[in-house]
Amino acid sequence: MQRQTAAATALILPAFLMLLAFTHWPAVATLIDSLYSTPRGSRPAVFVGAENYSDLLDDPVLFKALANNFWYALVTIPASVALSLLMAISVNAQLPGRALVRMAYFTPTILPMIAVANIWLFFFTPDYGLFDQFVGLFGLGRHNWLNDSDTALPAMMVVAVWKESGFFMIFYLAALQSMPPDLAEVGRLEGASRWMFFRRVTWPLLMPTTLFVVVNAVINAFRTIDHVVVMTRGGPDNATALLLYHIYDVGFRFWDTAQAATMTVLLVAILAALAFVQFVVLGRKAHYR
Amino acid sequence: MQMTRRVLLASTATGAATLAMPTISRAADQTSVEFYFPVAIGGPVTKIMDGIVADFTKENPDIALKAVYAGSYNDTLTKAVTATKSGQGPQLAVLLSTDAYSLVDDDLVLPFDNTAEDKAWLGGFFPAFMANGQINDRVWGVPFQRSTIVLYYNKDAFKEAGLDPEKAPATWEEHAAFAEKLTKREGDRVTRWGIQIPGSGFSYWLLQAMVAEAGGTMMSDNGTKVHFTDPAMVSALQYWVDLSAKHHAHPPGIVDWGTTPRDFLEGRAAMIWHTTGNLTNIKTNAKFPFGVAMLPANKRRGSPTGGGNFYMFKSASPAQRTASLRFLKWVTSPERAAAWGVATGYVATRPDAWATQTMKDYVAGFPAAAVARDQLAFAVPEFSTHDNQRVTQALDDQLDAAMLGKKTPEAALAEAQAAAERILKPFRRG
Repeated sequence: MQRQTAAATALILPAFLMLLAFTHWPAVATLIDSLYSTPRGSRPAVFVGAENYSDLLDDPVLFKALANNFWYALVTIPASVALSLLMAISVNAQLPGRALVRMAYFTPTILPMIAVANIWLFFFTPDYGLFDQFVGLFGLGRHNWLNDSDTALPAMMVVAVWKESGFFMIFYLAALQSMPPDLAEVGRLEGASRWMFFRRVTWPLLMPTTLFVVVNAVINAFRTIDHVVVMTRGGPDNATALLLYHIYDVGFRFWDTAQAATMTVLLVAILAALAFVQFVVLGRKAHYR
Repeated sequence: MQMTRRVLLASTATGAATLAMPTISRAADQTSVEFYFPVAIGGPVTKIMDGIVADFTKENPDIALKAVYAGSYNDTLTKAVTATKSGQGPQLAVLLSTDAYSLVDDDLVLPFDNTAEDKAWLGGFFPAFMANGQINDRVWGVPFQRSTIVLYYNKDAFKEAGLDPEKAPATWEEHAAFAEKLTKREGDRVTRWGIQIPGSGFSYWLLQAMVAEAGGTMMSDNGTKVHFTDPAMVSALQYWVDLSAKHHAHPPGIVDWGTTPRDFLEGRAAMIWHTTGNLTNIKTNAKFPFGVAMLPANKRRGSPTGGGNFYMFKSASPAQRTASLRFLKWVTSPERAAAWGVATGYVATRPDAWATQTMKDYVAGFPAAAVARDQLAFAVPEFSTHDNQRVTQALDDQLDAAMLGKKTPEAALAEAQAAAERILKPFRRG
C-alpha cells in the first residue's frame, strides 16, 4: 500500500510540477499582481487593493473589446460548429475523391494561424485582393474590408470559422464513423426520413462530441488572436480589438502590467463561468454511452 | 646545479607564460556588445546590417559585436524591454526615437552626453534628428535610421492630366487641385486616385505633417501636454478628410500604410505621402519616371522626422559602455552614415555625411535623395509624450473614426484630447 502510494506520487509528480509551475502559479501570481500598482522606473509596486478593478470601468477600450468578443463568440461558435458538422456529414458518405476532400477540409487546421492571416490579408486587400477582384467582376467598386469598422470584425470572424471548422470536422467525422450502421438500417425500415433520422438519432448521439467541440470553440474565441495581430492590430478604431489582444496591448505595448493582470483575472473569470454553464446545461443533455 | 635547473625551469615557464599571455588576455578582454534592430522598410536590411558588423569586427577585433534582428519596431521594443527586465537584455537597441520618454521614465537607458568629446560628436548631427532624444537637458538617443515624410509623384500621370511633371504642388490648394485632376474614373469606378495618405499604423505621424504645415504643434516640449483641439490641428484633420469627402481625390476611409507604395508602383495612386525609408524601394521598382518633393505648405512647410535612434541600456557594464560608444561613433561616422543612407534610403543623419564623395555621387545621379535633407530645415520633432504608445493609440483610434466618417474632426479630436489628459495627468504632478 505504502509503496503503491509512493510509486503513484512519483509518477504524477513530473506532470504535477509542470502544471504547478506553468498554470497554477502564474494564475495565482496574476491575481496577486492585480492587487498592486505597476512598478515604473524608480517607483516600486505598492498595494492598491481593488483600485485596479475600479480603474477598469474607466477604460472605454475594454468595454469595446468585451462587446467585440461577445459578438465574435456568438457568431463564430455556432457557425464553425454547424459548418464542421456539415462537412463531416458530407465526407462521411461514399463519394469519389473522398480522401482528397477530407484533406482539403482539414488543411486550414495544419497551417499556422500567422500564415493563414497573411493569406487572408491578401484576400481582403482593396482593389487587387481576391474578394475585390471577385466583386469587381460584377462591376462593384473597391471595398476596404479590413479598414472599415463595419466589415473588419466580420472579416476576422470569417477567418476564424475557416480556420476552425476543419479541426472540429475531424471530431464529428470520428463520431459519425463509430456510429453503428444498424441504426441507419432500423431507421430506414421504420420509414424515418433522413431529416427525422438526423434529428432523432444522429444529433443526440453526437451530443458528447458537440459538447467537446463547443467548449473548445468557446476557448478559442477568447484565445486565438494571431489573426488580429497580423491583419488589423485591433483597428480601425478598436473595431477588431478582442479581449486578449487588448490585454497584450496594455501589458506589452503600454507596459501597464498591473492593469493587464487585472484584465487577465477578468478573462479567466469569464472563461470559468462559461465552462461551468456549458458543463451543467449541455452536459445534462449529452448522452454518454 | 639543482638550483640552476629549477631557475631555468621556472624562467622557461614564465617565458612560455609571457608568450602565451597576449592571446589569452585578448580573448578575455574581448568585450561583447549585442544590439537589437528592427526592419521597417523594404530591401535586404539584415544583410546590410551583417556587413556593417563584419566590417566593424575586422577593424575592432577586441569587440565582439552581435546584431540581432528583432522584428518590427514594436516587437524590438517589447523584446528589448522584456529581456532587460529579466537581466538578459542587449547593451544597445535601435528603437523609435519617440520611445525616449517611456525608456527614460522606466529608468532603462543611459544618457550619451557625458564628456566634452561625446558632446562634440553629438553636436555633429542635424538638430532636427536630435530633438526627440533630448529629455531633461540630456541626450538619450543617437540618430541612426532616420526618415521624414515626402511626396512621391508619378510624372507620367502628371503629363496625362496636363500638369507640368517637373512642378510638384507647393501649397495645400494646389495639392488638392492637382489630386482632383489626377484622379481617373471609368464610369463609377476610380482607376487611379489623385492622392493617397496612409492612415493605418502611423496616422498620427502623417497628420502631424499637416498640423506643422497649418502652423500648429501637437505637444508641449516636456511631453506632458497635448494640443489636439487647437484650430491648426482641427483644420489639418479637416483637410485630410476633405481630400476624400470634398475633393473625391483620395480613397474613402483608411488607406493602408503597407500597400500604399505598391498602389503607387502599380499606378493606382498618382501621388502618395510616405517615408523616405521607401525611397530605395520605389527607385528600384518604379517602371515610370517619378518625382520626389517636399510636402505642400499651408501656413508654412513642415514634416515630422521619424525612424529609429540607438539607445544604450543601463545593464551594460562600464567596459561594454565604452565599447558601445566606440561602435556608435564608428557607425555614425560620415562615410558609414553616407553608405547606410545610400543602401537603405534613410536620411544620412549628419551634414558631414552629405559632404562625402559617396553621398555627392549618389545625389548627382539621383537628385531626389536630397529632397529629404533640404526639407529638414522645416522639420519638426515627431509626436512623442510620456506613456507615448498609449497616447498615440488614443489619438490613432479617433483619427480612424474621423476618417471613416463616424465622427467629425472636432468631435474626434476632443475625445482624443480627453483620453490623453487622463493618461498624462500623473506625469504633470512631477
